[in-house]
Amino acid sequence: MVDAVVQSLQLNAARRQRSGIRRALQRRSVIAFLMTLPLILLIALLVIYPAFYSIHLATLNKSMERFVGFDNFAFLFKRETFWMVVRQSCIFAITAVIFKAMIGFTVAHFVHNVPNKGQRKWRGMLLVPWVIPPALSCLAWLWLFDPSYSAFNWILAQFGIDPVPWTGNAYWARFSVILVNIWIGAPFFMIMYLAALKSVPEQLYEAAAIDGANWWQRMWYVTLPMMRNIIAITALFSLIVTFANFDIVRILTAGGPIDRTHVFATWSFWLGIQGNDIPLGAAVSLFMVPILTVAAILILRDISRRGNEA
Amino acid sequence: MLRPRITRRTLIEKSAIVAAASVAMPYVRGAHAAGKLSIGFWDHWVPGGNNASKALCQEWGEKNKVEISIDYITSVGNKNLLTIAAEAQAQSGHDILAFPSWQPSDHANLLEPVDDIMADLIEINGQVNPTVGYLARSGGHWVAIPTCVGSQIKGPCSRIDLMKQLAGIDVMAMYPAGSPPKADGWTLDAMLRAAEACYKGDHPIGIGLGQTEDNVDTAGAIFQSFGADLVDPQGNISVKTDSVRQAMEYYRRLAQWLPPDAPAWDNASNNKYLISGKGALIMNPPSAWAVAKRDAPHVAEQLWTHGMPSGPKGRYAPFLPYFWGIWNFSKNKSAAKSLLLHLSQPSAVEQMVEASGGYDLPAFEKLTTLKVWAEAGPPKGTLYHYPNPYNHQTLSVAAQPAPPKIAVQIYTQAIHTKMIVRFMQGEPLAQTLAWAEGEIEGYMRT
Repeated sequence: MVDAVVQSLQLNAARRQRSGIRRALQRRSVIAFLMTLPLILLIALLVIYPAFYSIHLATLNKSMERFVGFDNFAFLFKRETFWMVVRQSCIFAITAVIFKAMIGFTVAHFVHNVPNKGQRKWRGMLLVPWVIPPALSCLAWLWLFDPSYSAFNWILAQFGIDPVPWTGNAYWARFSVILVNIWIGAPFFMIMYLAALKSVPEQLYEAAAIDGANWWQRMWYVTLPMMRNIIAITALFSLIVTFANFDIVRILTAGGPIDRTHVFATWSFWLGIQGNDIPLGAAVSLFMVPILTVAAILILRDISRRGNEA
Repeated sequence: MLRPRITRRTLIEKSAIVAAASVAMPYVRGAHAAGKLSIGFWDHWVPGGNNASKALCQEWGEKNKVEISIDYITSVGNKNLLTIAAEAQAQSGHDILAFPSWQPSDHANLLEPVDDIMADLIEINGQVNPTVGYLARSGGHWVAIPTCVGSQIKGPCSRIDLMKQLAGIDVMAMYPAGSPPKADGWTLDAMLRAAEACYKGDHPIGIGLGQTEDNVDTAGAIFQSFGADLVDPQGNISVKTDSVRQAMEYYRRLAQWLPPDAPAWDNASNNKYLISGKGALIMNPPSAWAVAKRDAPHVAEQLWTHGMPSGPKGRYAPFLPYFWGIWNFSKNKSAAKSLLLHLSQPSAVEQMVEASGGYDLPAFEKLTTLKVWAEAGPPKGTLYHYPNPYNHQTLSVAAQPAPPKIAVQIYTQAIHTKMIVRFMQGEPLAQTLAWAEGEIEGYMRT
């Protein structure tokens, strides 16, 4: 008798458990989680594991035989070249992002004002620099900037202007790599801003016009506030990508002349792979994390605050 | 439905038959009875340069019943260095891998000692120069063997006509094909005078001052010609010495006669410069001549590869050997050793050098007079002195004799050329030397 009661209780418990799973599976959040699980696993495998592995590498000695804690970071702090790379990375990323945003914003307005019929063609053409694989377009730029046979210098020579050492002089070399980064990245800003512009309700402009707002006031009080979040997110995304840029500098200058164009990624590669000092290279690459984290927190906090205000 | 059943008795009977057959026929071999061998060779610049190594490996594999798979890994974008680093980290990958100059010493603890092969090869092919030992010996053992594939001397390649017209130097007479060099007058001072004359004649000599290998190799050899070692063999920094100051002063004077864009030169710049017809001399293996033969034959027929100018402490030529090594995690080490021995036989070496059009350079002393260099042309004999057949120059690598773990950093960070560019752009010499000393101190980490 007692056995029968126990058995019945067990059956009820199993039934309750099964219905609990069924209920959980019917919840949208669980289904969403299950559907994103493959992607989460992929990210864990391709991003989180390498990230932790690089932290592990950065705590090893040069021959990777013993744990040295933060010695590699302490060593870098004492290096003149490291601080030069920090400075250059900041100059490179900030300058490039500002110009990309300005150019993208301006061009987005031009394209927005093009009649719908021809707009698609313009959008397509303006996206070309962003669509071409950077390694390929950088090679084309390399030929344009070639120290001996630069096409730009050939044109300048036609006007009697002396050749410009595009990649041979530190300042020109910095200018060149930033210019190419802007050329490649500006279309991304353009397309994001164009999408944001299209989402601004026309009634707001009509109301502003009725209130007698001029072009500048419409821009300042309607367009910019409506685009603020997109501007912030685009800037953050671009800052991250530009900070971690490798291919442009690697192809155009390889960090030269005399290290004056190195950014974190290229210097890290130079030290780690070419110089056989993988722990130091890993330590350099990890320096991007705190800098970008601070930028991300500031920008996302601003977006979230505005979201709450709204 | 009835299924055939394996009884215990049947199983025992069948096992006994299989065991008996295995014992009775030990020498019956399948197509790949001796296992597999996976090889990562350097992907040659020269079209068709891989053909000889492929054929030799296949021939050996068929003969020895070893299944061979070869990957030709390019050095473009440092893909070969990435592969080496990845395999060293994973302790998995190819059995045999091609290692550029500095890599064997850096991965010595993961490489199978090959003293036995080297002893055999030295007996067959003659001694190797000390730079090979400097780069491939670690802890008293050979950890890799020098291969001709990819190895090169980056000596001068001059324009016969321009050097004669502008600088009054007859490079063919100085380095006659088929006979020893008569180059006593070919000194660093002579090259400086020639540089000035060629610059004034609108055909500057092309020595790069960038941060890539070609530039560093030349600077390293010229520093060595002054005895200007940045670090001594014991690992002591010796940047602030008179010999380093002399080398720096020499380079400052030389740099004024170089193309103004020399600090931005990469490994391709000197080739393009020579082939364009602009340059009177560059420092490069014969690849520039080979390309000129195809693209600018009128330039190629005026090119002559010869030795380096001598300095106060000797005549040094930049030598970049490639190596073949066997990972200690290889599963078929004995087969790997056997194959490397096969690939280093004189006839195999000759086939590979011929396939590369004379670009590849054996490190063994008996293999520097192959007919490919004597016959290459036009002009005939242009490569005769490329392999240093009379040993009239010391083959070295930049940053030698510093301990390899320090030297590789000096080399890859291009300390020599960075010092030169800083100094030539107006930085006081004392400041440049202090900067270099600070950088090198950082390379002393273990």
